[in-house]
Amino acid sequence: MTRRLTQAIVLLMALTLSGCGYNQMQTNEESVNAAWGNVEAALQRRMDLIPNLVETVKGYASHEKDTLTAVVEARSKATQVKITPDTLTDPQAMEAFQQAQGQMQSALSLLLVVVEKYPDLKADQNFRDLQNQLEGTENRINVARQRYNQAVELYNASIRTFPNFITNSLLLHLQSKEYFKADEAAKQAPKVKF
Amino acid sequence: MFRKRYGCLPAYPPGGTGGHHAPRRGLGRRPILRAVGGSALFILLMAFATAWALDVPRLAGRVNDYARILSSETVKRLDGQLADFERTDSTQVVVLTIASLGGESLEEYSIKVAQAWGIGQKGKDNGALLLVSKEDRKVRIEVGYGLEGVLTDALSGRIIDHAIVPAFKAGNFDAGIEAGVSAIIAACRGEYQALSDENHSNESSGDTIVYGLLVVAAILSAVLAGLSPVVRAGIFGILLPLIGFFLAVSGGLLLLLFAGGAVLGLVGPYLFRSGRGGSGGFYIGGGGSGDGGGGFSGGGGSFGGGGSSGSW
Repeated sequence: MTRRLTQAIVLLMALTLSGCGYNQMQTNEESVNAAWGNVEAALQRRMDLIPNLVETVKGYASHEKDTLTAVVEARSKATQVKITPDTLTDPQAMEAFQQAQGQMQSALSLLLVVVEKYPDLKADQNFRDLQNQLEGTENRINVARQRYNQAVELYNASIRTFPNFITNSLLLHLQSKEYFKADEAAKQAPKVKF
Repeated sequence: MFRKRYGCLPAYPPGGTGGHHAPRRGLGRRPILRAVGGSALFILLMAFATAWALDVPRLAGRVNDYARILSSETVKRLDGQLADFERTDSTQVVVLTIASLGGESLEEYSIKVAQAWGIGQKGKDNGALLLVSKEDRKVRIEVGYGLEGVLTDALSGRIIDHAIVPAFKAGNFDAGIEAGVSAIIAACRGEYQALSDENHSNESSGDTIVYGLLVVAAILSAVLAGLSPVVRAGIFGILLPLIGFFLAVSGGLLLLLFAGGAVLGLVGPYLFRSGRGGSGGFYIGGGGSGDGGGGFSGGGGSFGGGGSSGSW
């Protein structure tokens, strides 16, 4: 009698403490949302740097109107495509978002390559500061993106494995979130003919 | 025929070899096996080679000169300067020089090391790493979340361009790193305050308290064997979390105390009864982490990718 009682209690303890993943899945989802918040903050930081950059370059390289316009247009397009925590589960929304961000990154890379032929601009301390800030922002975006993808991996696995998927299909109805992949076009370094 | 009678192939082909062939022995009879084994080994080696990335080196102190580019006086001087700075500001700055990145990206390696070493205090994230890769001729300042406000990307870039790289270009690594460290310290000075002693002890005491309370509960529960199990479970289930709460134990551990108390209340006497399978006591696990003694260790700070790189 006592042994069965002890066994029953141990089983009950184990079940209540783990809760069949109910709490774990919620926690993981919050981690994903937090990580996405960091990604958005880093991307916003990049967008905020652009007006300053365009002004500084205009001062030295006003002939490069096309490149500058491309950057400004890419930026305004990127501000229109937004992702909220709800749309993190939608593959099309994520695709559109990644594309807009990728195009902006391409336009920026092209601008930075084009300014190579303006030594005065490169020597300007203001421009040098902006360049450092841009590189720092790109790095932050990379780090935030990697951490977001790791959080999504953990979350997706936690809603699909046993016994959590039972709790999920009965109670929570959480969906898999999309990964934030690097845009294919942005990966290629722009080629410029001088 | 030979095979049927003797169960194996003859060592020499019948009629002699004419002096040209070695006897067939063992796996030599099966060139296919050798080919498969060899290629499997080759593939395994290739897999290891492609998966290899530069490891995080051991944190030997505040100045880790693995590339051997600094003199010992410089290392000592820098170490003193950085230790003083941590004492006054709680901010941790670490220097790392390596011979080569081995093809890995500077930024990825830098944040990997900084995060693994946990430079900066936990919660404040006030850490910075100055990384120099000798063969790649690259230098980077990696800045923790908490210092991004003062040691901005632009300022880190300026420090590298004006303080570090000119000296490096002249071949003077000591002067370059000393100038860099002084500039970093000057930028970060005053941003944070020194740690008070109580901050250190709170971290590790949570675990120890929980263990202690559970042990006491088990023993007490055995003593109170006279009461009914449910009453005991109730008493300990309520008492333990209450005591834990007053001793500043955190939420998750309080839940553990509640469950543990209830269970121990129920089964306590049976744990100590002789003749049962279990031993007379149970293992009292080690307490919390505590600090590492006399050596330098990271405070658990995190990094977000801020900072700046340069080359000479």
